[in-house]
Amino acid sequence: MNWFRDYLLGPQSATHATEVDSLFMFIVYLTIFFFFFNGALIFYAARRWRRKSDREITPHITHNTKLELLWSLIPAVVVFVVFFWGFKGYVSAFIPPNEALEIVVTGKKWVWQFEYPDGTRSLNDLHVPLNRDVKLVMHSEDVIHSFFVPRFRLKRDVIPGRYTELWFRATQPGVQQVFCAEYCGKGHSDMLARIFVDTPEQYETFLREGDEQTRTMPLGELGRLVYENKGCATCHSLDGTRGQGPSFKGIWGHPADGSDGKNYVVDANYIRQSILYPQAVVVKGFEPIMPTFQGLLREREILGVIEYIKSLQ
Amino acid sequence: MENVSSATLHGSGHAAHHGDYLEDPKGLRSWLTTVDHKRIGIMYMWSVIFFMVVGGLLALLLRLELLTPKQTLITAEMYNRVFTLHGAVMVFLVIIPGIPAALGNFALPLLLGAKDVAFPRLNLFSYYLYVTGALMALCTLLLGGVDTGWTFYTPYSTTTGGGVTLMVLAAFVLGFSSIFTGVNFIATVHTLRAPGMGWFEMPLFCWSMYATALIQILATPVLGITLLLLVMERVMGVGIFDPQLGGDPVLFQHFFWFYSHPAVYIMILPAMAVISEVIPTFSKKTIFGYKAIAFSSIAIALLGFLVWAHHMFTAGMSLFAGAIFSFLTFFIAIPSAIKVFNWIATMWRGSISLRAPMIYAISFLLMFTIGGLTGLFLASLATDVHLHDTYFVVAHFHYVMAGSNLVALLAGIHYWWPKMFGRMYNDKLASVGAALVFLGFNATFLPQFVMGSRGMPRRYYNYLPEFQGLHIASTIGSWILASGLFLGLAVLIASLMKPKEQLARNPWGGRTLEWETASPPTTHNFDEPIALRHGPYDYRPVEEIEASEGVTR
Ligand code: HEC
Ligand SMILES: [Cu+2]
Ligand SMILES: [Cu+2]
Repeated sequence: MNWFRDYLLGPQSATHATEVDSLFMFIVYLTIFFFFFNGALIFYAARRWRRKSDREITPHITHNTKLELLWSLIPAVVVFVVFFWGFKGYVSAFIPPNEALEIVVTGKKWVWQFEYPDGTRSLNDLHVPLNRDVKLVMHSEDVIHSFFVPRFRLKRDVIPGRYTELWFRATQPGVQQVFCAEYCGKGHSDMLARIFVDTPEQYETFLREGDEQTRTMPLGELGRLVYENKGCATCHSLDGTRGQGPSFKGIWGHPADGSDGKNYVVDANYIRQSILYPQAVVVKGFEPIMPTFQGLLREREILGVIEYIKSLQ
Repeated sequence: MENVSSATLHGSGHAAHHGDYLEDPKGLRSWLTTVDHKRIGIMYMWSVIFFMVVGGLLALLLRLELLTPKQTLITAEMYNRVFTLHGAVMVFLVIIPGIPAALGNFALPLLLGAKDVAFPRLNLFSYYLYVTGALMALCTLLLGGVDTGWTFYTPYSTTTGGGVTLMVLAAFVLGFSSIFTGVNFIATVHTLRAPGMGWFEMPLFCWSMYATALIQILATPVLGITLLLLVMERVMGVGIFDPQLGGDPVLFQHFFWFYSHPAVYIMILPAMAVISEVIPTFSKKTIFGYKAIAFSSIAIALLGFLVWAHHMFTAGMSLFAGAIFSFLTFFIAIPSAIKVFNWIATMWRGSISLRAPMIYAISFLLMFTIGGLTGLFLASLATDVHLHDTYFVVAHFHYVMAGSNLVALLAGIHYWWPKMFGRMYNDKLASVGAALVFLGFNATFLPQFVMGSRGMPRRYYNYLPEFQGLHIASTIGSWILASGLFLGLAVLIASLMKPKEQLARNPWGGRTLEWETASPPTTHNFDEPIALRHGPYDYRPVEEIEASEGVTR
């Protein structure tokens, strides 16, 4: 009857799914059995004792203690079995193993953001290694969302102002669908994400070079994302206004005055140096407060920033 | 089919001290200021039917939108407003007041052999509160609608725009309407039973209504307070639920479900009440296990207060709390199962007449069985984590709230219709309507179970193409369901167009007291003092009843 299970639930893609599915199917058969049992009794009664004349006399049966005890006990036994079974499955889904890989999930209207232990971030695409325990530590920046992976049979609400956790071990390589399951407004049904279950090599590549998206996106576009997501925007403006750092507008190809008295030209090497060794040259009139981004930006991302600054004439 | 005791109770004809309640006194004014429980019941009934049509049309619009995975007819914003209004109208204006306020008001005093409810003026006030609340709910449309869902989860509901505050206040007012009905029914059952009618000589309808009323007066105030807190947060910025203001959003869910889970029983107990009347009458057989049914109603009402957090298994609570709430939820399944077996046993060896009310009652038995059993998936922790907030839940609660409650409401309306209006509808067509409702209902909601277990989340405007087939099936089902409901309504209204006939007091051969008075009853219900000759479900011949000394049950 695996086809029936697969039809009702879809394939199983995490360790947790097998247990949930056996319980689910047990209750399915229970439901089918009792539905047809009751249905059969009702239809039998309605046919067999269909009224033929208004003068029919029926037996005066007020109760039957034995029978009533029986049909109170049977449901009681059944529901207790289901209760314990369900509890068992919940416990194992509830307590994450110690060695799990921890990924931080932020939900906000209407995107999912993922942050890996090494600081790598991705949007709406979560990469996890195959056959390894992964723990998601989740919170929301606005309203309540819910992280739902049907093929893992898992779901947990993502709540503002508190952390919730979800753990799993993916057993099938490939892509899994993630839904937001808690209603969160206009974009609720578009708040989707995908989980890429990678082989160890694929996962390493992802951490080194970023996902498919960052690898193929035009450089300028990638540079803009870096500017927005890696905090450059807090110190550097795009419109020429002076912030904690100089604006990026129109600096490309122009001279920059170093506080050491020398003159530099803003080119690719200069920008790379500013990002990786910000203290090497400090622009005159600014404090040396820019943090280094060594190890936090990938090579392609630096190229992206250069391209992006080039475009801001 | 006139039975023996009613013939001895009353002389011939029904023009005693008063005329029939529909016409004595005449005029719109007399209706709007009436304190007659029957008239108030009728006004409630038409209001409920009106809102059922409104809510139903909204549902058809939703189903139409879901025919295709992307936009079909309306925008996402519109869709969110429509499903919120559908839910709010159906819950607060149709299902909660449906059976208690419409049928309960009409039938409860009659079944008890009383002249009216204990507080007739409060009863009228409760109706006007209902109307006020309904108007407030509709006025939210002028403020740009409400897009929170009927559950008003925070912090979404405290931060989104539109008429949320007004809608919440509407629910607050409707809550009071419900509380007053509850107060009235409790007092009525305690004080106005016919002389000689002990608690266990009451028809089971009254037991169930009594249990419902208990929940109404104990749980609804919690909803009222919660809704006021929500309004305070929205209007005055008092931080209770919004973490931005130092509040806790999950607290709202606890408060909300502390009312709304018992409210599920405000919805289902009255349905059970109707079914406990219809099945014995159309089986012409005494109810099986009277006490078991009566006590399980009370058990359900009390246990219903202890299970609210089963709506929050994925919201983050301790393992221990999860276990307790799951366990108690399973526990409450048992009295419901007992009742179903009792009703089937009542049909066993009966003399079964398949008229329209009975067809609805049988639909109820089948759909309540599905609704109840699918509840097991959601009570069980491991499976609930997967199914929570998917279409599986949508299907489950529609089986209970629509498939069971609305179908029981229809059973009750068809059952008491001849008593209400002194006219009989076309039973054949009404039965066709009932069959269509059954078919349409299952066609609409069975596919939703599968959608849900395959992972389709609820309240989704766009969805993945893989779900389209099931959505189409469900939408087609909704058309069948709608045609059944409209046919049913048309048949009932057509019966009112006919000239009034001299309808028998007891067209179905029931044994409860309402059948011993005229159809329609006179203003004071019973023209002669009531003498109980037999229990509410005693179908034995007179001699046998007399031989078994006095009232039996
Ligand atoms: C904490 C504030 C701060 C952040 C965050 C910051 N910078 Fe800077 N940045 C500065 C300051 C101050 C200067 C000027 C002093 C200096 O050269 O060290 C500067 C200088 C620069 C310069 C040289 C500009 C010129 O006109 O010569 C570049 C290029 C630059 N930053 C790139 C970046 C990029 C790319 C990021 C994000 C990955 C970033 N910065 C993040 C503060 C910041
Ligand atoms: Cu959402
Ligand atoms: Cu509940």
